[in-house]
Amino acid sequence: MTTLDFIQIIMYFALLIGLTPVLGNYMSRVFSGQKHFMSPVFGWLEKLIYKFSGINPDEETNWKTYTFSLLAFNAIGLLFVFLLQVSQSYLPLNPAQLPNVSWHSAINTAISFATNTNWQGYSGETTMSYLVQMMGLTVQNFVSAATGIAVLLALIKGLSRRSSATIGNFWTDLTRSTIYVLLPMAILFSIVLVGQGVIQNFHSYQTVHTLQGTEQVLPMGPAASQIAIKQIGTNGGGYFNANSAHPFENPTPFSNFLEMLTILLIPAALTYTYGKMVGSVRQGWTIFSVMLILLLTGLAISLYGEYSGNPVFGQLHLMEGKETRFGITNSVLWSTTTTAASNGSVISMHDSLSPLAGMVAMINIMLGEVIFGGVGAGLYGMIIFVILTVFIAGLMVGRSPEYLGKKVEAFEVQMSIIAVLAPSLVILLFTAWAAVSPYGLSSLNNQGPHGFSEILYAYSSAAGNNGSAFAGLNANTVFYNLTLGIGMLIGRFGIIIPVLAIAGNMARKNITPSSSGTFRTDNGLFSGLLIAVILIVGGLTFFPALSLGPIVEHLLLNHGITF
Amino acid sequence: MKTQIKIALKIFILFTVLLGGIYPLVITGVAQLVFPEKANGSLIAVDNKVVGSKLIGQKFNSDIYFSSRPSATDYNPLPSGGSNLGLTSEKLKQQVDERKLQFVKVNQLDENEPIPSEMLFASASGLDPHISPDAAIIQVGRIENARNFNSTQKQQLFQAINRLTEEPQFLFLGEARINVLQLNLELDKIDVNHIRNN
Repeated sequence: MTTLDFIQIIMYFALLIGLTPVLGNYMSRVFSGQKHFMSPVFGWLEKLIYKFSGINPDEETNWKTYTFSLLAFNAIGLLFVFLLQVSQSYLPLNPAQLPNVSWHSAINTAISFATNTNWQGYSGETTMSYLVQMMGLTVQNFVSAATGIAVLLALIKGLSRRSSATIGNFWTDLTRSTIYVLLPMAILFSIVLVGQGVIQNFHSYQTVHTLQGTEQVLPMGPAASQIAIKQIGTNGGGYFNANSAHPFENPTPFSNFLEMLTILLIPAALTYTYGKMVGSVRQGWTIFSVMLILLLTGLAISLYGEYSGNPVFGQLHLMEGKETRFGITNSVLWSTTTTAASNGSVISMHDSLSPLAGMVAMINIMLGEVIFGGVGAGLYGMIIFVILTVFIAGLMVGRSPEYLGKKVEAFEVQMSIIAVLAPSLVILLFTAWAAVSPYGLSSLNNQGPHGFSEILYAYSSAAGNNGSAFAGLNANTVFYNLTLGIGMLIGRFGIIIPVLAIAGNMARKNITPSSSGTFRTDNGLFSGLLIAVILIVGGLTFFPALSLGPIVEHLLLNHGITF
Repeated sequence: MKTQIKIALKIFILFTVLLGGIYPLVITGVAQLVFPEKANGSLIAVDNKVVGSKLIGQKFNSDIYFSSRPSATDYNPLPSGGSNLGLTSEKLKQQVDERKLQFVKVNQLDENEPIPSEMLFASASGLDPHISPDAAIIQVGRIENARNFNSTQKQQLFQAINRLTEEPQFLFLGEARINVLQLNLELDKIDVNHIRNN
């Protein structure tokens, strides 16, 4: 590694830390209904949406109605994206005359985009019409992210209110997140991206005559508007198959830096918003620091894996599946952040990463997507772990556990356990199934332990709603499209519903004022305990599976063994 | 519950129009107005004929051009992608060995001369438009021979490489690189009388 490599990494984290309170503060104003600088710009739009849809913004609901609204809205979106895909050949804006998408791929993609996973079994440029990309996928990029934020807001209300029967209004949370946070950022960012060379047009695919006298067909389309929101909303579904490695999607190191920054920006800033809204900025920073420590640890291991030589390729720079303009350091910084956040966009092919870097990517996802995680989703997932930590610490010192003055009781712990177990079960059971069945194994691109890693990564990615892949696995089959689809649904709603149940139950409780006997949740000791709980839960669940995949592959690579 | 479903339908229609229609159309409008060339794919035309995009790599394996990187899709953009081979893949190892032999042979290098690794490994997109400046310089001798360059032309090529080398953006972002298509267009300009042999 050179000095420049370190400077890029330092600049990245300096900006991320610096922007966290700025954006975090703005979002806390937006979400608590105060006046802010965007109200004059889009205030009319918010009112229009409420009026047209028949929403009373002052009306609040209990957690069950909140959950029902959320599920109804997501179900409608899912169905619409499915229908668009299976009828695209009859619809306009399809200059490449792409045929209708197969039913199983369309189901998978519809679930994938509605759950903020953005796993892609298809290749964008040869599968989806401009209309599907815009009206279907771009819309879901926004609203699935806004759904994640809404769940977080409900949980915040549950934690910060006293004896309340309601946890807010799903429609106002959804609307405000979309038009005051996601939309302005996406508008600004997509124009900057076009300035760097990302395409944005409605031309048909262009045929060019190359210098060596052959023809090359260049895909076109409204890419920038979708790429902006796929980064900001931790979606990660590429406009093109190569995702952000594609030069039309990420043409320069500067576009790359910004796309990488926006992966973590909202998830990081939400920790500050959280602190503000529960009445203690320190609580937010404590969670932020836990996330940052876990992220940096993973980054260090990944860089070590990529830069230390191995007997198979000697001291060659491991540029397989990487782009010249980004190099190794940026590729690894990206692979670490995109899996820590549940973004899942890529600039290097994760399948070709060194076993250690590939393992870190997997672990980031397996730990529950709580290292910054998806917008909203990462933080509510982390609070699940906070609840478990408070509970375990309470058991150790013999005090009744409480968090932010709210008693943590059996119901909260039960719900937390469901939220932790649901995605873990998906990963382990489906991986086991695929690894022993002919229809699972026939999709592999690599042999030996790396082949197993391809399967393990796929189900981790689905259950963690990440969406990145060891993309050699041919997942566009009936078996994978359906099992991964089920995995994504369980990984998403198997956490959202317990979280909203906790929010509802917590809201009903009173807040006990803190005293000298209160177990503090905003200091270094608590951070350490929280990290320990996350790692122990993750380790106990996934260490055996990891040792069959990346761990043994790392050892074999160091002995020069290939398959 | 019925009210909630009604609201869900209405707000979904509204969001689809706003985020799936108006938003991308407005961005397209602004993009076409402010950055028309970039928004349309940074296409390069020579004598009114589009020869490619500045951003999308092309396959170059002729003696008279700078070679581009290996590509898992052979520079076919439909669809883009990498090899997705892991480091313990025997296939990848063999590919790298073959590419090494080929590169040494074509460029008449010493067997022990280090080859820039991006020339041995396939890119992520299959469309990488760049190689490192080192990878360009190592090919210069072969191209000058193939094209019978005189000393003025050699000087011009040297200058072209310097001019087209892109340093890390804003001095610290990304890697130094050179655009292969642009470099090869320069080659043809320097060598106006050369009759294409393919």
